Amino acid sequence: MELLGLYNYWVFAVLLMVGFYAVIAKTNMIKKLLGLSIFQGAVFLLYITMDKVEGGTAPIIQKGVDAVYSNPLPQVLILTAIVVGISTTALGLALVVRIFEAYGTIEEDETQRLDLEE
Amino acid sequence: MTIVFGIFLLTLLVVVAIGIVRAENLFTAVMLTGIFSLLMAANFFVLDAADVALTEAAVGAGISTVLLLGGLALVPGRERSRERLHRLALAVVALTTLMVVYATFEKPRLGDPDAPVHQHVAPWYLEMTPELVDIPNVVTAVLGTFRGYDTLGEVIVVFTAGLGVLFLLGLPGVIGERNVDDLAVGRSYLGHHLVPQVVGTLLIPFILLFALYVQFHGEYGPGGGFQAGAIFAAGMVLHSLIAGEKESLMVISPRMLVLLMAGGALLFGGVGILTMLLGGNFLDYNVLAENPVAGQQWGILIIELGVGLSVTGVLLAIYHAFAARSR
Repeated sequence: MELLGLYNYWVFAVLLMVGFYAVIAKTNMIKKLLGLSIFQGAVFLLYITMDKVEGGTAPIIQKGVDAVYSNPLPQVLILTAIVVGISTTALGLALVVRIFEAYGTIEEDETQRLDLEE
Repeated sequence: MTIVFGIFLLTLLVVVAIGIVRAENLFTAVMLTGIFSLLMAANFFVLDAADVALTEAAVGAGISTVLLLGGLALVPGRERSRERLHRLALAVVALTTLMVVYATFEKPRLGDPDAPVHQHVAPWYLEMTPELVDIPNVVTAVLGTFRGYDTLGEVIVVFTAGLGVLFLLGLPGVIGERNVDDLAVGRSYLGHHLVPQVVGTLLIPFILLFALYVQFHGEYGPGGGFQAGAIFAAGMVLHSLIAGEKESLMVISPRMLVLLMAGGALLFGGVGILTMLLGGNFLDYNVLAENPVAGQQWGILIIELGVGLSVTGVLLAIYHAFAARSR
C-alpha cells in the first residue's frame, strides 16, 4: 500500500519519457508535436498529484463546514499552463503547415536532405 | 475504491500515450490525443482539481483536437513507412525513466498532508481568502488576485502565440491578401450530415450559455475566464463546422476576433493601470471600491472577463486561421 502512493509519480515518469521518445526518435513533425503534448501532460499530472491532501476536497470553501481542502496553488499554475500549452502547440502546428508548403514534406530527415541539396 | 479507480485511469493513460506514439495514421494519433486529454481530465478530478479538470476537458479534449485536425487537413495524414525502433533513443528513454522512478522513492506519498508543498503559502491562501477576498473558490482568488501578475503574463503569452499563428497562416480580412468574400459559400465539414447538423444546431445556444455561466460563476464554483473562453470558442467552432467557414466568420468578423484578442489582454492590464491611478499598486484591487473586499471582488470579475475575451478571441482566431487556409 505504501508503494501505491508513488504510482502517480511512476506514471509521470513513463509518460514523460514516452513523449520524449516521440520527440527525439520520430521524424514526422506532427508526431513530434503530439509527443510534446504528452510530455506536457505528464508535467501537468506531476503538479496536480502534489496538490492532493488525504481526505481533502476541491478548494472551494463552504462556510460552516469543517473540511480539509487540497492545495490550490498547483491547480492555478496548471490551469493557466493548459491554455498556454494549446496556444503554443497551435503555433508549432502552424509552423509545420508552412514547412509542408515550402518543402512538400513534414518528415524531418527529408527537409534536411532538401536543405543540403540546395 | 478511489485509489483503484485512480490506478485504472493512470494505466489507461500510459496505454493511450504509447498508442499515440505508435499509430502510423496521424488521424488515429490525433483522436487518441483527445482520449488522452479526457482521461487526464478524469485524473485531475480524482485528484481534487475541479477547475483544472474543467479546463483540460474543454481545452484538451475539445479545442485541441479540432485544431490538430484543422492542421492535419493541410498536411499528409500518414507517417512515412513504419520506422524501426530507434535503439539509442529507446536506451536513453528507458534509462531516464528508471532514474526518475528511483528519484520518486524520496518523494512524499500521494496525499501526505505533511509534504513540503503544503507547508509554504498554500495554508495562508486557504486561511486568508475568506477574509481578504470573500469568495468561495480559492483557485479563482489565487489566480485573480494573489497571483494576478502571473495570470496577466500567461494571457500575454496566449495572445502572443495567437498572433504568431495569424502571422504564419493569415486570417482572411485581417492578415494576408485574402478577404472573407473570397471564401466559398456554404462549405462546411458537417453540413451534409443530418444528425450532427440537427443536434449541433440545438446544442450551440446551450454551449454558449454554459460558457457565460462558467465565466460569471467562477468565483463560486469551478470555472473562470480560461475555461469559459475555451467553451465559448468550442461552441463557435461547432457553429462553423455546421454552418460553414464563411458564414461563421460573418457572425464574428475576423476584425472582431483580433479586437477580442487584444481587448481582453488590454482590459486586464487596464485594471492594473487604473488601480495605480487610484493610488494603489499595480493590480491591487483594494482601491477599486470603498470596501477593500468589494474592490477585490470587482477586480476579479473584470480581469476574469478580460481573460475570457482574450482566450475566446485567440482560440477562435487560431481555428479560423487553419480552417480558412484549406479552402
